[in-house]
Amino acid sequence: MAAPWVSLRLVAPMWNGTRGIHRLGGAVVPEGNQKKERKMLQFLNNHFYDVEALRGYLLQREMSKVHLKNRFRDKEWIRPDKYGHFSPEFWNFREVPVEAVDASDCEINYEGLDNLLLLKELQSLSLQRCPHVDDWCLSRLYPLADSLQELSLAGCPRVSERGLACLHHLQNLRRLDISDLPAVSNPGLTQILVEEMLPNCQVVGVDWAEGLKLGPEEQPQDTASPVPA
Amino acid sequence: MIRRVLPHGLGRGLLTRRPGTRRGGFSLDWDGKVSEIKKKIKSILPGTPCDVLPDTSHLPPEHSDVVVVGGGVLGLSVAYWLKQLENRRGGMRVLVVERDHTYSQASTGLSVGGICQQFSLPENIQLSLFSASFLRNINEYLAVTNAPPLDLQFNPSGYLLLASEKDAAAMESNVKVQKQEGAKVCLMSPDQLRNKFPWINTEGVALASYGMENEGWFDPWCLLHGLRQKLMSMGVFFCQGEVTRFVTSSQRMMTTDDEMVTLKSIHEVHVKMDHSLEYQPVECAIVINAAGAWSAQIAALAGIGKGPPGTLQGTKLPVEPRKRYVYVWHCPQGPGLETPLVADTSGAYFRREGLGSNYLGGRSPAEVSRVGWDMLARRHRIIVMKESGFWPGSVCFVHPQVQTAWAGYYDYNTFDQNGVVGPHPLVVNMYFATGFSGHGLQQAPGVGRAVAEMILEGSFQTIDLSPFLFNRFYLGEKTQENNIM
Repeated sequence: MAAPWVSLRLVAPMWNGTRGIHRLGGAVVPEGNQKKERKMLQFLNNHFYDVEALRGYLLQREMSKVHLKNRFRDKEWIRPDKYGHFSPEFWNFREVPVEAVDASDCEINYEGLDNLLLLKELQSLSLQRCPHVDDWCLSRLYPLADSLQELSLAGCPRVSERGLACLHHLQNLRRLDISDLPAVSNPGLTQILVEEMLPNCQVVGVDWAEGLKLGPEEQPQDTASPVPA
Repeated sequence: MIRRVLPHGLGRGLLTRRPGTRRGGFSLDWDGKVSEIKKKIKSILPGTPCDVLPDTSHLPPEHSDVVVVGGGVLGLSVAYWLKQLENRRGGMRVLVVERDHTYSQASTGLSVGGICQQFSLPENIQLSLFSASFLRNINEYLAVTNAPPLDLQFNPSGYLLLASEKDAAAMESNVKVQKQEGAKVCLMSPDQLRNKFPWINTEGVALASYGMENEGWFDPWCLLHGLRQKLMSMGVFFCQGEVTRFVTSSQRMMTTDDEMVTLKSIHEVHVKMDHSLEYQPVECAIVINAAGAWSAQIAALAGIGKGPPGTLQGTKLPVEPRKRYVYVWHCPQGPGLETPLVADTSGAYFRREGLGSNYLGGRSPAEVSRVGWDMLARRHRIIVMKESGFWPGSVCFVHPQVQTAWAGYYDYNTFDQNGVVGPHPLVVNMYFATGFSGHGLQQAPGVGRAVAEMILEGSFQTIDLSPFLFNRFYLGEKTQENNIM
């Protein structure tokens, strides 16, 4: 009984230097002249336990090397602990580019955005329910235009359609969340205008039918009133 | 009952004596005196209104430290900063005199409400930057207890200025100065323009400058209302009336060049009430001329410009009202939400208004004033737009329908189209804050603070507005604004 084929998820460039048994894993597309080798290897693997075991062992060794180098160790997000403090290990990651910032429910304001705008490789920014983020703050986001792909402004009480108008700088935006913005006067129309403004972006949050009135035949029947004859 | 009895008793008792018979009589017109005494006693008795003192609640106070002539955004801004920067709370009494409490002709309310930093003079850029930060933090500056926060409806969409070949070099150098002062402006080539704003026809456009931050437009009424509310809470007096006279006292002094100069000082302002000949003389120490388009009249009242031409006494204040029209039109397939305020070399500009495909725009008045219509352009609508070459084709508006239009005045400085700030050299206690030729609204907070600093400290502290002093009209030094707006 052959062991199941171990498919690796790690990307090839991580261990270019070491080759193990003629490259481990299926993430790398084999070139033409190495196809025969791979077929031979596969055949041996399927027929001999020893080859399989050896291969498995070498794979484990590579993975552990990679894991040692991986400082994040399954921790994608750096979060504060229950007291609201960040661990001092965070300082070790100073040169690592920040890809995503989750500033939900944070009291960040116009001056505070100075810190976020320095992150030139920021891809995802979440400003959900931030009480001090208003139209002026949105007008500051243009330096992130090259990298920002996802922005969420759901529930910000001070953001209105005038601030949303200056998001057109963010041409790389792929997902924009503008749900639940109480200061927007006309959510359905705003959604349509924002979609027109950012053609490559998926704008989420408002159903276009919101704000439309029901037609006369669709009026909800009031059960208490007498049925019209 | 007593009331009825008393006059009888007094009347009979006193009328029995005749003037000549009273021993040691000391007053003539005894009958007149009697009726006066009767009236006084009647008024003191309970049940009658006590009007021994006439009602003056509609008149301004008799004494005031500072009188601000003009209640528009500039006047209110000066009053605000005076109260904000005074050394002792309640130390200054400020009176704001406004002729028209409906502000029907005031430039503030009829303004398009734009703010931008794209000027060529560093002072103008700094004023605009300060105003932007003032507007951003307006609820901290103009907070009034128990009043709701102000919503200026600010659209941070920026300004886009388009330049043709011959203005491109000037625009580049302007943008350099703007970036140095801290404005966030970028230059765009015609290709980049087409990419970003596909509805622009870039024919004839060589370069464009686009403001990214702190630029846009807002609601001027909200600012005016907020300032008024805050001033009332700070104890500033408001009066509806017209300034008709200044009472001055002069002093002749010798300059170092052995010339005689007459220095004047205003010590009384006569404020005339509406629809009446009644006026109140207000004793004052300082007068601020913030009368906008009508500043020249106020200056003439103080004797500025009365003298042989070419001398300092004969230099008039070169501010005059210049009419300009603003049109609102609807165009269903027009530019979208991202439209900035687009301005052209010809002085024409437009911006988006609201979410319903409405746009508003107009043309800044040219240097030479054209003989214009004296009424709203409603009848002339499309004719006006076509005839005056209103939109030079940079933006294609297909089938625009003019919805409405209005006209307003610029306080146009015919000398160099920049503001006049600071004291007059001869009328020592009149300070100017006028003549901004269309930029008054966006520079008001900064100018207000500068004038207040000049009054309280004696010199400009934060932004140095010395190029805007009155002297330049006499010396002939133009502080020209080179940008194309």
